[in-house]
Amino acid sequence: MTTFNQQNILETIRMIKIHHLDIRTTTLAISLRDCCTSDTKRTANKIYDKILKYAKNLVKYANTLEDDYSIPIVNKRIALTPISLIGESCDNVDYVYIAQMIDKAGKEVGVDFIGGFSALVDKGFTKGDIRFFEQIPEALASTKKLCSSVNLGTSKAGINMDAVLKTADVIKKTAELTKKEDSIGAAKFVCFCNAVTDNPFMAGAFCGINEPECSLNIGVSGPGVVASAIDELDKSADFGTVAELIKKMAFKITVAGELIGNKLAKKLNVPFGIIDLSLAPTPAKGDSVAEIFKAMGLEHAGAHGTTLALAMLNDAVKKGGIMASGFVGGLSGAFIPVSEDAGMIEAARKGSLTIDKLEAMTSVCSVGLDMIAIAGDTPNSTIAGIIADEMAIGMINKKTTAVRIIPVIGKKVGEEAEFGGLLGTAPIMKVNPYSSEIFVKRGGRVPAPLHSLNN
Amino acid sequence: MAQTKTKGNTDIENQVIITVAGKDKVGIVAGVSNCLAKHNVNIEDIKQTIMQDNFVMMMLCDIGNLKITFKNFKDAMALLGKELGMEIWVQKKDIFDKMHTI
Repeated sequence: MTTFNQQNILETIRMIKIHHLDIRTTTLAISLRDCCTSDTKRTANKIYDKILKYAKNLVKYANTLEDDYSIPIVNKRIALTPISLIGESCDNVDYVYIAQMIDKAGKEVGVDFIGGFSALVDKGFTKGDIRFFEQIPEALASTKKLCSSVNLGTSKAGINMDAVLKTADVIKKTAELTKKEDSIGAAKFVCFCNAVTDNPFMAGAFCGINEPECSLNIGVSGPGVVASAIDELDKSADFGTVAELIKKMAFKITVAGELIGNKLAKKLNVPFGIIDLSLAPTPAKGDSVAEIFKAMGLEHAGAHGTTLALAMLNDAVKKGGIMASGFVGGLSGAFIPVSEDAGMIEAARKGSLTIDKLEAMTSVCSVGLDMIAIAGDTPNSTIAGIIADEMAIGMINKKTTAVRIIPVIGKKVGEEAEFGGLLGTAPIMKVNPYSSEIFVKRGGRVPAPLHSLNN
Repeated sequence: MAQTKTKGNTDIENQVIITVAGKDKVGIVAGVSNCLAKHNVNIEDIKQTIMQDNFVMMMLCDIGNLKITFKNFKDAMALLGKELGMEIWVQKKDIFDKMHTI
């Protein structure tokens, strides 16, 4: 007869029931490299069939595991090979049609989001890439579950500034086309520097060209678990003690993801890819990364000291999580989306959190400027400037950075955008009013940086 | 603690932890163990404690001889919880083992 430790059981139940420990996403990455044809319709049909073939049981099996362990699996998603690569051999390719077929397949298999409507243009455009960029806004506006991403720079290749400018146009146009829903289309689009190929998180998940036929990637979440553990510590506990506690919590959170991931991969008969060691918030109270900063002793997210708090948190999450899984990858770290985190929303409303502070924080967080709403009349050149700054941080620091920014058409600073669900509520944030126009319109490529003399 | 004569397969896959929590009252243990016996579920160990004024009982059970699906069993236990005015959770045991050991 085996037995059990009641403390462990109580702690696990507390983590799940009170502190919102959950599996944020089970993302099935499907390679579409065998779907290229010379005809848009044939390619789209091949993609549709392949999604149905591999993902038809994803939601059903994930729900069974949710029942077995009473741990919520918040989202079930699919990541595809960048569609720009798959579509460009078609004559007069119609990316919007492909997007709609992908969306239809997503609805058919019942997933929450489907990513990979993507292009990798860090060093330049192909003819297909240019056509792809032109069609992103309509593709996003005419679909529900589709997510799009573009990679604009890498530490090895530098930054494609022509693409940065085009991306700003894509964001603005997508926002215009979806203005009836607070420009939600732009919330399903993200641009990267140093995009990773096995990220399970949206809007940036895609299946890299180096990935296998099909694999399962997992993203866990539990900022509430970490916040409550730190909160219970004595306020005079030193940084070493806090870091150690975060590591222990990150280990436990990650093990839960590893367990579910392995079981689900086995049921689906596909290899387990990676687990993303992540602390991803939701708008639910108590599921917030900003609450962790408060527990650490900052009055609000954005107060001086926040960058260090985030740096330490990010590092400790990786250190603790890495022992819990055989394969770690993705974006791994703490996410700081504004609209998806109750504490960040509160800090933005109070004026404690500004875009400038967020930009500083992105140099030490897992990704970048995420789910930030700005006024709808912000010039495209200013959006391009914001993206350019973020790409620079990623390129120089050899880390992934991203921008998911929503110019909410018809709204101004002081108002709020409502996206609903996981995407949350976003106070419109103030941007620098001075022009970046002449600078960003120089175009061309920013040369790759030196990788020595690191000062 | 054996409530059924047939010893179930002690495969880890068949081990579940049933947690019952709520205000202490007469008949909780009887109600829960009756229901388990009805579904051919063997109780291997029971521990109980008081947490924040709540009675908490944890049972290690073997569902190897369960006659209905796991989902239906879970629903039956949740329904019983409602009748008893308690929260009842049923979870596979391996999550607890893995989360707290390196």
